Amino acid sequence: MNAAHAIEMHGIVKRFGNFCALDEVELEVKKGSIHAILGENGAGKTTLMNILYGLYDYNKGQILVHGKEVHFKSPRDAIHAGIGMVHQHFKLIEPYTVLQNIVLGYEKKGLFGFIDYRKARKEIEALIKAYHFKIDLDAKVRDISVGMQQRVEIVKALYRGADILIFDEPTAVLTPQEIHELTGCMKNMTEEGKTVIIITHKLEEITQCASRCTIIRRGKFITEVAVDGCDTKKLASLMVGREVNFSVKKQKKAGTEPMFEIRNLTVEDRQGICRLSDLSLEVHHGEIVGIAGVDGNGQQELFEAISSLIMVKSGTITIHSKEIQNTDPKTMLENGITVIPEDRQKDGLVLDFTVAENLISQNLSAPQFSRHGFLKKPEIMASSAALIEKYDIRPSGCSALKCRALSGGNQQKVIIARAIARNPDLIIAVQPTRGMDVGAIEFVHKALIEEREKGKGILLISLDLDEILKLSDRVAIISSGHITGVFDAQDADKGKIGTLMVGGKN
Amino acid sequence: MNMEKLIKIQLTNIILATVVGFILGGIVLVLTGYNPLEAYGALFSGIFSKPKYIAQVVIKSTPIILTGLSFLVAFKSGLFNMGAEGQYLTGSIVAAIVGSKLDFPGGIHFLAVVVSAVTASALLGAVIGILKTKWGVNEVISCIMFNWFLLYLNNYLITTPWLKKPNAEASYEIHETAWSLVAGKWKTTEKGIAALSGSGSPFAEMLLRTDLNYGIVIAVIVAVIIYILYKKTTTGYRLQSVGANINASRLSGIPVEKNIICAMALSAAISGLAGALTITGMMPHRLSQLRVHEGYGFSGIAVALIGANSPIGCIFSGLFYSMLEYGSSSIQSKTGAASEIMDLVIGTIIFFIAISSLFRIVLKKKKGESKHE
Amino acid sequence: MNSIGVILGITLMYSAPLVFAAMGGVISEKAGVINIGIEGMMTFGAFTGAATGYYLDNPWIGFLCAALAGGAISILHAVACVNFHANQTISGVALNLIGTGASLYLARILFDGATQTLPLKKKLPKLVSNADGTISLDSTAAIAFILVVLLWLYLYRTKGGLRLMAAGEHPEAVDSLGISVEKIRFCAVIASGILAGAGGAAMSLAVVSSFSQTVISGHGYIALAAVIFGRWNPASVALACLLFGFSQSLVVFLGNGTITIPSQVLAMLPYVVTIIVLIVMHGETRAPKASGVPYEK
Repeated sequence: MNAAHAIEMHGIVKRFGNFCALDEVELEVKKGSIHAILGENGAGKTTLMNILYGLYDYNKGQILVHGKEVHFKSPRDAIHAGIGMVHQHFKLIEPYTVLQNIVLGYEKKGLFGFIDYRKARKEIEALIKAYHFKIDLDAKVRDISVGMQQRVEIVKALYRGADILIFDEPTAVLTPQEIHELTGCMKNMTEEGKTVIIITHKLEEITQCASRCTIIRRGKFITEVAVDGCDTKKLASLMVGREVNFSVKKQKKAGTEPMFEIRNLTVEDRQGICRLSDLSLEVHHGEIVGIAGVDGNGQQELFEAISSLIMVKSGTITIHSKEIQNTDPKTMLENGITVIPEDRQKDGLVLDFTVAENLISQNLSAPQFSRHGFLKKPEIMASSAALIEKYDIRPSGCSALKCRALSGGNQQKVIIARAIARNPDLIIAVQPTRGMDVGAIEFVHKALIEEREKGKGILLISLDLDEILKLSDRVAIISSGHITGVFDAQDADKGKIGTLMVGGKN
Repeated sequence: MNMEKLIKIQLTNIILATVVGFILGGIVLVLTGYNPLEAYGALFSGIFSKPKYIAQVVIKSTPIILTGLSFLVAFKSGLFNMGAEGQYLTGSIVAAIVGSKLDFPGGIHFLAVVVSAVTASALLGAVIGILKTKWGVNEVISCIMFNWFLLYLNNYLITTPWLKKPNAEASYEIHETAWSLVAGKWKTTEKGIAALSGSGSPFAEMLLRTDLNYGIVIAVIVAVIIYILYKKTTTGYRLQSVGANINASRLSGIPVEKNIICAMALSAAISGLAGALTITGMMPHRLSQLRVHEGYGFSGIAVALIGANSPIGCIFSGLFYSMLEYGSSSIQSKTGAASEIMDLVIGTIIFFIAISSLFRIVLKKKKGESKHE
Repeated sequence: MNSIGVILGITLMYSAPLVFAAMGGVISEKAGVINIGIEGMMTFGAFTGAATGYYLDNPWIGFLCAALAGGAISILHAVACVNFHANQTISGVALNLIGTGASLYLARILFDGATQTLPLKKKLPKLVSNADGTISLDSTAAIAFILVVLLWLYLYRTKGGLRLMAAGEHPEAVDSLGISVEKIRFCAVIASGILAGAGGAAMSLAVVSSFSQTVISGHGYIALAAVIFGRWNPASVALACLLFGFSQSLVVFLGNGTITIPSQVLAMLPYVVTIIVLIVMHGETRAPKASGVPYEK
């Protein structure tokens, strides 16, 4: 027991059924410090914090807040004890205004039992001023940027009087500049005596702001280290449990003529607001082009325009000098483009279909899989078995298993296997490694590089700037639906890219 | 197979739910002063004791097997067809018109009736599908609107001199050439009646005393076709894929709008077939004034749910549903307990299908207790 | 001119049951639970109201009992949807059968084997009326429209409403604030049952004066359609109910056949109008995001 510690968690065990998510995990956080929890996706960081925040119960262990033992039954208790959490996937009600979101659950009653928004507004405005935020309280959450939404989450926690703030992967969707701002904001908080816990798998963030760091691997506590005097390489190997090779070997690209071209593409949404404006881009054979940008700057629309999910107002999209804008996904597929969508469960797979069925979804009418409208079951199963083997989709021999039963990483493998099996000329990959662990990420990266070596073009849209810099031959920066700059990946400079991402001049 | 695995299978859940439904129905009977054994005995003798009862059950199951299949087809494609009622009416209205206004030789007339009725209701379904895909009109609401529209259309049409039979609150009967009764013409002739009542065989009794018709054969064929459609064909794959994940289907190059419209048309066509077969197969072979809907659409939903959303399952659940509905009248006549007890039982069965996770929980608790001992 | 007054009176009278039930639907769906069982709950309310009203010889007590009965039977739906994460549609279908079955079964026991109750001596009173029926306002209609205002204020002005709608949009968010989604949804379903029960009684105690097999026939589904048509907003939903109530009043008013246009044709109109309006609105309906999705922690 130590009153200098804001948080102590001892011997925390958490089981989900037979799976042990946390096994005797230890955490000690000094008051007024920034403490990082480092671990791969799926290591149990978020589970640990959800326990601290009262969202999950735990099987064994002891939790102390400011030296006093606590046992939170619901987040309500945690909030009461001064803990606030900014979740990775923001917990905001989209059709509500910022103000409504902040007061939700902490409403103050006025006349006739109605919510006293005026009073709340005053208090919140004071808070916003104190932390130098810029937030429009009357904007609807669905209309504001991701960075802004994060700030709303922070204000939400502060408004509830939090003095211990947990950030779950806060930088995943931010620009380098926004990350810088956030770091400043965290430091401000600690200066005011607040404690900050940051969950991350990115090493750079830790060295930038945290003072101490707890490392978790596969649900087990590994160690706690002081960040000063610890290099990223060492942190990485502690996190993964083996040496990590940061660079991907790439050979020089071959193609000279662009095989895929986007010319002056303009897309408007239903309200007539311009989502893509005059966007031009090209991809050559044997080249990976990365699209870097802040979430919501037209990445989704670019993807949707290429696959004809939305109408293009003007401009052209051509592959092998054939225009495919405003057609349909089928035409796109027939012209040798295949997609790895961002949300594999929503857009990629039919979860209630088997793996074999999902693997043929783009090839239903192909003579090898059907005749006169009747499916050829044996051929389908054989082809599926071969792909499962080749792409190491687990559990092995899962042809007849529903995709729902597969882990996220294996679901992604199904999508990649399906995409590559078509032998496409161009692969559009949107956030292809989102939420996957290091092993699976390496697998996906390797698969993409392999296709590049075979001379295919790849358009990689990702919010993870590190991923883009690692894989791409060329990097294009998208901001407000416009390409604001294109670099060779070797010459790319993070600061410059960051400026361009938020619409600055090159 | 251990208990836990068994309970994960839908069929087990349905059987358990059925048992619970009957037990709870029994408790209600006891509480209201009836002997449940007597009541259930009456129910079963009311279903099985005479060939003609069995025939009635089969006859009455035809439309609800079909509306059940209709609901299932829409449901597989992610649509909630609350409009079987209206589509059924479309089928029966067109059947009544074609059956009474046109003249064809026997057999062909029946085909003409069925084809036109099915086409008309398929068109209605396509309209519902187009409304949804082109203008985003929720199919639940358009279905309910069409149900009432068609109810009033039915009532209006049979007031017009064109269709109204003089001195009746109903339309003209369809011609005998369009009937789908088994031995329909012969059995009403003197010779037929004499032969049938003389023979004493159970089948003869069925023929003589009921509207035994070919409808059930058609319903079973439809169920089998749908089974094959979903199991073996690319069309079935697409229809189901659209229902299971519309976004992924679209990105896989499947034309989702077209498939939604097709699914709705197919679904409606089957309900229309139910309407047509009722007109061709059952007395009085005509339309009558309706104050409220006849409930085939709603029964169809129940049939599809009890049938575990499987086309073959619908045949059995349709028969089951029809048994309980038909047999319930014997409960009333023999024991005095209200026949509506069966609605309660069916409702309870469906309720326990909905909360079938309960069975797993109970099993787990039991296991836990036995471990402690 | 007189007939307009009469039609208006009948329209309001017929709308009232729909408004009650539809407001129930709004509450439940806004909280994230689809209540397709409204029809059954209405039927049960209509029966209970008529039966207790008859035996206790007081339509108001009957009305109250109807609301309680609707609430009681909706507990089944709440338990299934909230505690067992059941498919909400299946549970709703079950409730329709149970509600209707229970009403008729009990009616036969209490009223000598008839599927209807004996008529009450007095119906729920009219607040205002004159002799020839050109001015009339049912007390149920008045209560129904006060209810619309209250529900609107509750949803958009109070803490309970803010939380309720949040539970239907993003239950995880609500949970992360330490507010129980289960409790909100459970209460919302019960509230919708209470209102559906009251709606049933508004039919059996104000429009007619007894319960019969056909007194509630599709009203629950129309209320459901009104909820979608009115885009889950109490005020617009109430307007949709008025439209459907108008349709029914036309059938009643013109049923005598004094006018050259057949009443059935006029009766079709509101349903056609609804579809046309929906086409013009062009899919702008936005259901609560988590409506129909069971919430499991």
